Amino acid sequence: MQSLTLSSPSPITPRSTSTGGPHSTSLITPTHLRFCGLRREALFNGCKASNSIRFTELKKKRTNKVCLAALNRNGSGKSGSYDYDLVIIGAGVGGHGAALHAVEKGLKTAIIEGDVIGGTCVNRGCVPSKALLAVSGRMRELQNEHHMKSFGLQVAAAAYDRQGVAAHAEGLATKIRNNLTNSMKALGVDILTGFGAVVGPQKVKYGTSGGPETVITAKDIIIATGSVPFVPKGVEVDGKTVITSDHALKLETVPEWIVIVGSGYIGLEFSDVYTALGSEVTFVEALDQLMPGFDPEIGKLAQRVLINPRKIDFHTGVFATKITPAKDGKPVTIELTDAKTKELKDTLEVDAALIATGRAPFTEGIGLESVNVQTQRGFIPVDERMRVIDSKGELVPHLYCIGDANGKMMLAHAASAQGISVVEQVSGKDHVLNHLSIPAACFTHPEISMVGLTEPQAREKAEKEGFEISIAKTSFKANTKALAENEGDGIAKMIYRPDNGEILGVHIFGMHAADLIHEASNAIALGTRIQDIKYAVHAHPTLSEVIDELFKSAKVTSHVPSAAPEPVAV
Amino acid sequence: MSQLLNSSFTPTTTTLRRTSLTQPTSIRKCTQVQAKIREIFMPALSSTMTEGKIVNWIQSEGDKLSKGQSVVVVESDKADMEVETFYDGYLAAIMVDEGSVAPVGSAIALLAESEDEIPLAVSQAQKQGAGASAETPPPSDAGAVVTAPAPVAAPAAVKTAAGGGTGGTMSTHPASEGGKRVVASPYAKKLAKELNVDLSFVVGTGPLGRIVAKDVEAAVVAAAVGGGEKVSKESGVTGGVELGSVVPFTTMQGAVSKNMVESLGVPTFRVGYTITTDALDALYKKIKSKGVTMTALLAKATALALAKHPVVNSSCRDGKSFTYNSNINIAVAVAIEGGLITPVLQNADKVDIYSLSRKWKELVDKARAKQLQPQEYTTGTFTLSNLGMFGVDRFDAILPPGTGAIMAVGASVPTVVATKDGRIGMKNQMQVNVTADHRVIYGADLAQFLQTLAKIIEDPKDLTF
Repeated sequence: MQSLTLSSPSPITPRSTSTGGPHSTSLITPTHLRFCGLRREALFNGCKASNSIRFTELKKKRTNKVCLAALNRNGSGKSGSYDYDLVIIGAGVGGHGAALHAVEKGLKTAIIEGDVIGGTCVNRGCVPSKALLAVSGRMRELQNEHHMKSFGLQVAAAAYDRQGVAAHAEGLATKIRNNLTNSMKALGVDILTGFGAVVGPQKVKYGTSGGPETVITAKDIIIATGSVPFVPKGVEVDGKTVITSDHALKLETVPEWIVIVGSGYIGLEFSDVYTALGSEVTFVEALDQLMPGFDPEIGKLAQRVLINPRKIDFHTGVFATKITPAKDGKPVTIELTDAKTKELKDTLEVDAALIATGRAPFTEGIGLESVNVQTQRGFIPVDERMRVIDSKGELVPHLYCIGDANGKMMLAHAASAQGISVVEQVSGKDHVLNHLSIPAACFTHPEISMVGLTEPQAREKAEKEGFEISIAKTSFKANTKALAENEGDGIAKMIYRPDNGEILGVHIFGMHAADLIHEASNAIALGTRIQDIKYAVHAHPTLSEVIDELFKSAKVTSHVPSAAPEPVAV
Repeated sequence: MSQLLNSSFTPTTTTLRRTSLTQPTSIRKCTQVQAKIREIFMPALSSTMTEGKIVNWIQSEGDKLSKGQSVVVVESDKADMEVETFYDGYLAAIMVDEGSVAPVGSAIALLAESEDEIPLAVSQAQKQGAGASAETPPPSDAGAVVTAPAPVAAPAAVKTAAGGGTGGTMSTHPASEGGKRVVASPYAKKLAKELNVDLSFVVGTGPLGRIVAKDVEAAVVAAAVGGGEKVSKESGVTGGVELGSVVPFTTMQGAVSKNMVESLGVPTFRVGYTITTDALDALYKKIKSKGVTMTALLAKATALALAKHPVVNSSCRDGKSFTYNSNINIAVAVAIEGGLITPVLQNADKVDIYSLSRKWKELVDKARAKQLQPQEYTTGTFTLSNLGMFGVDRFDAILPPGTGAIMAVGASVPTVVATKDGRIGMKNQMQVNVTADHRVIYGADLAQFLQTLAKIIEDPKDLTF
């Protein structure tokens, strides 16, 4: 999924008809066409002979980068007295999305990366975890004799090779990383290697620690430094028996019994992987119920399908206050403290512990003090346009922060969308991203996805603003395609305003939920109302009919078609 | 919650709701009797529901209820449902608290018709509560249970046998603080709850003495055996069998019996052969460390011989025609607790000996755990039965219906042999005896098959290719 996000954020994909478009003014037409081709090649890894020749040609040109960059692909050389139009610190998914869009907008762009291209998502997050989940999904299917039998299939006992599974995850990350690097190289984005930091207004330095440092100037700067796994105090991570997602994705061991601290997206996905590979899992959740953050009803159903029938138990309302790795034949010990009374409640002794308590922004040592910016719990304060706010509450000119580092919505595709929004602004078009239209997904089996408000959030908002809300629900049990796949577990739920047909939130739990959510998120992003979208036609038989049903079952009193209002920013 | 009922998600709700409440679904004695105090029962919200969890009481004790009003939210195996009352009255006493589970049909609350009757209902609830707790764990007189099928009786027996019997063995996990704390894996806990096993009496064999799933399973079996329910196991006759008792067949015994009677309809004959196994023994010694088993070697040799004599691998079902089976699937008879089963080594002629050995191990483990799938024990085309490990030197086997032949294998024993050149030597020899369906397999077929088999076993280099 992530690779899709990567290739799709910019609307510039094969647009061979754009000769008359607004962009052709800043780009020489043949060049434009060429980079489209190259870009696709880079993304799809399909190196045909003719293309690879062009590729080397490009590489050669890149050696004298300044004149070349000015010549064609990377910006039109209008940076004036600055080295670059745009410098992005951090080449994760957010930085990548911003860089690609900046080149499209004709900005001369550089991206600074001190670690590996691709950041968390590609190397230690969404991408390798999807590889593991792809394996766990198949294992689950093969192990489910009842399921197989109902298809009339007979399968011998399924087994797996840990190393092979780990190699698949690693291989996928490498492939996506290369795609990402190539796509930027092909566009001529300057990739500057080293640790980047702001040194003053419109000034950035980069270099290796102890090594030489280079200072460059830029008209605008985007901080996209991302995040690292958050490890609460009292927890000793040794990387072997007490691990974070960074280690777990390498799948060096499959412990018999693993405690997962935190039952959010990360914890849930890993519980899916580990139980499919034969581990038993104990969740430790500080809040009173599992899966906080999900719509309560969805969470409840998900618990019934993803937790209760599996080899999983849980402790809720407790903190893991002390976690000691296994040593000298002693197991991993975990002290559980009651979240309310602060009394020691229990001690667990297990084979391994995975810390999935969220992520902490990576914002230290990036020179924020030079522009008088103070982080809040590590996050960089920004306004709705991602403009950085300094300690006096004033905007820092030409400085933006996107992605996990600003903490608005810690999702790869949100970072990318924020990056694109910033590029739109610096290239002269005001743009505010509607975060309520950004979907999120959890890739368990079956998947969970959501966009917009949960039911309690919507109720609160409705009360405050004085409008009614209604709920529509459909079940996967009634869907032909789901039943054909023997995957009838699941519901879709929509929270909406019956008076004007506005969609407030959609939550899906069921097969391919992560792919199904986009119809709803697009509707929210474009301001499409239920009374309009309900007439859209869905192919039969497909899972998308679950969403179709959802729209059709909604009861909207207003029959006036919406005038496609501007999306509202939050 | 009420939207939940109105939505299309629970299309059957209305019907389910109607089944609820004060229906006399259970035949409890003392209840719904005097005056106008009615019981509210745990309703059956779906056909598969056996128990329900009280999610929350919408009404509280003392509230006035009118007919059709929702009283309680119940979580079934499928969904959460609101349950409504059919009678007007007062919710006098809640007998099952929120978060607790009650079996379908048991009383979860009492409904008094008038306010005056509330105290009466409350006292009744208390009485019932006390009665129920004495009643729920059925006082199973372990010794007397004879015909109870194991899975049902086991849970009750676990407590009695382990608790009352030997005084139980405490968990020995280092962290258990002398048995005060039970350390059990998540699945072990789930299983224990399901099977009604008290974990404090289970011995943990997992890492550092933790209780894992198989310990719980073992505890159930041990309790069943210890409780004198041995009856269902026909073999292992050593002790615990109640002499003079009549014991009905288990499912497996029934199936065996049926097959054996059916086999009488097939005209069978037997041909025996003595095979020298020195070379095979030597080979076995050599590759034993790689996990190869004698059973796998014999199955492989048999399969290779069958490949050359397809008629011995054929089967006759209708008495009018017969089938040359396309695969050579060697079924090997295994005695398991409570019967006999024939796990099948599929395509034994094609699979290499190492994979075959692994497969065999897997099948035996599954057979012991009673987890074999039908295709893993019904698809044999030729059966091997080996009693050599008991020192049996020869026996004959009954032909399983639907197959063409079965081979009984005796022990390989050192034998004094005279060779053609007049010398006397010592060789390991074993006797095999094939029973075959004479409608399709004739004497000469078997003789040739056995000759081929002997050749393969006496020069076993082809077994490990």
